[in-house]
Amino acid sequence: MVESLLEILRNNAKESPETMAKMLGVAPEAVSAEIARLEREGVIRGWQAIVNDDLLPKGHVTAVIEVRVTPEREGGFDRIAEQVSRFEEVDAAYLMSGGYDLLLFVSGASLLSVARFVSEKLATIHGVLSTATHFKLKTYKQSGVLMAKPGEDGRLAVTP
Amino acid sequence: MSLGPERLARHIVGLPKSGIREFFDIVSTRRGVISLAIGEPDFDTPWHIREAAIASLEQGKSHYTGNAGLAELRRAIADYVRDRFGGAYDPMREVLVTVGASEGLDLALRALLNPGDEVLFHEPCFVSYGPEIAMAHGVPVPVETRVEDNFRLSIDALEAKVTPRTRALLVNFPNNPTGAILEPEDVRAIADFAVRHDLILISDEIYAELTWGGKRHTSFAAVPGLKERLVLLNGYSKAWAMTGFRMAWVCAPEWMMDTILKIHQYQIMCAPTPSQYAALEAMRQPAEDMAPMLRAYEMRRNYLRAAFAEAGIPMHNPAGAFYAFPQVGRFGLSSRDFAVRLLDAENVAVVPGSAFGACGEGFVRCSYATGIDQLKEAAARIARFVKTL
Repeated sequence: MVESLLEILRNNAKESPETMAKMLGVAPEAVSAEIARLEREGVIRGWQAIVNDDLLPKGHVTAVIEVRVTPEREGGFDRIAEQVSRFEEVDAAYLMSGGYDLLLFVSGASLLSVARFVSEKLATIHGVLSTATHFKLKTYKQSGVLMAKPGEDGRLAVTP
Repeated sequence: MSLGPERLARHIVGLPKSGIREFFDIVSTRRGVISLAIGEPDFDTPWHIREAAIASLEQGKSHYTGNAGLAELRRAIADYVRDRFGGAYDPMREVLVTVGASEGLDLALRALLNPGDEVLFHEPCFVSYGPEIAMAHGVPVPVETRVEDNFRLSIDALEAKVTPRTRALLVNFPNNPTGAILEPEDVRAIADFAVRHDLILISDEIYAELTWGGKRHTSFAAVPGLKERLVLLNGYSKAWAMTGFRMAWVCAPEWMMDTILKIHQYQIMCAPTPSQYAALEAMRQPAEDMAPMLRAYEMRRNYLRAAFAEAGIPMHNPAGAFYAFPQVGRFGLSSRDFAVRLLDAENVAVVPGSAFGACGEGFVRCSYATGIDQLKEAAARIARFVKTL
């Protein structure tokens, strides 16, 4: 049931327990209990709206930053990664294989505020060797959702 | 002789018009209809498959292929039929790529029937079976399936209709429009019946991948000793959501395939080449492609069952395909009147069961190949509507 339940919630976190219960063939209470369990165990970490920032009147800047760091004798990348993750400008942080070590998704009110974060906060952390900042120009897909308005159902209304 | 209907082919002119067509004409005059009347997936074809079709065009693969289809595609089909359903077919001699399973059915009937030969088929069923048999100069002999049997095909019903002129039996499970499936013992019993009466068995298994509640499809291809009298039809439309590609296949023993291929070669030449390359790509990871669609269908089916039960609309357990077939006879309307009045009152389209054969009267077909939000709204409207009856 967990996989199917999470699939429903990934598509629509606001789906009602009654509907989910019908879809899964269980009682609504069982659905609510399962969600509570997943929250308690930290599998579900939170509930967020998927927002297309491009449509907001106020400018909002998102950047992807590749960071190379010196791993430390104790703990490897974890200490620096956690330190970087604590900045509220950082929306997401991942340790990567390949040409750099950390990949950060950073957002700010303006180009300048992101640039300032990089030059004043990120680059100055001891152990950070280099950064490469790429600014997002347009969003096509986010969290599995296409940002373009869905097209019409191209099917005929009645078919055998 | 004057120009008019008497100049047309009598065996075609006499065919009834599709009840679906008539209902489509009514529905298409209205706007904002929530349609549960659509017999095709709401999912778009997985992108890597569409991309393969595009790439094939970019590479100039716009020529004929061999009559039977691309050799690598036929090999992939034979492997899939063997691994998934347990049927052993020689890709070079016993597999043919067709333009939809409908072409495959037409080929089989025309290859097998002489004028006046009788063909058993069960109703309620896909709208084209009777006409296809008649167009091949055969005599369609419908056999009822009943809600009391969960719309499984009973041997008693078959025995009652078989005659010395019967040449073939056409079956379709998982079934459109009832959502019925066969249990393994049904498959064995039907196969025995075909052998006992020396019939060719034509099995349209287009919904084979769509079974619910932990059931797995039992294919006639897996029945030992049946192969020499079996025509197996399947394709990409439903399980891969590829209806518009018109890609399907026929598996048949060599003695039949030579003749089947002859018809295909004279009338079609070959299936469209870009579609064949798309189908080839579809064979790379079928389970992965289908999994999300199958999970969604099953959850919608569960939802619809629970919603109809709540609304007091009786329904058998639809264990396959993406159709629910609720019983609306108790509301005192014919299935056609029920569908028309539901459309008028609530702007929800369902297909009258009578479109699928006389014994479909008293039922309507609700396709759940539609998103859960639409389905929820439709179920709520249907529940509201039946309260007014």
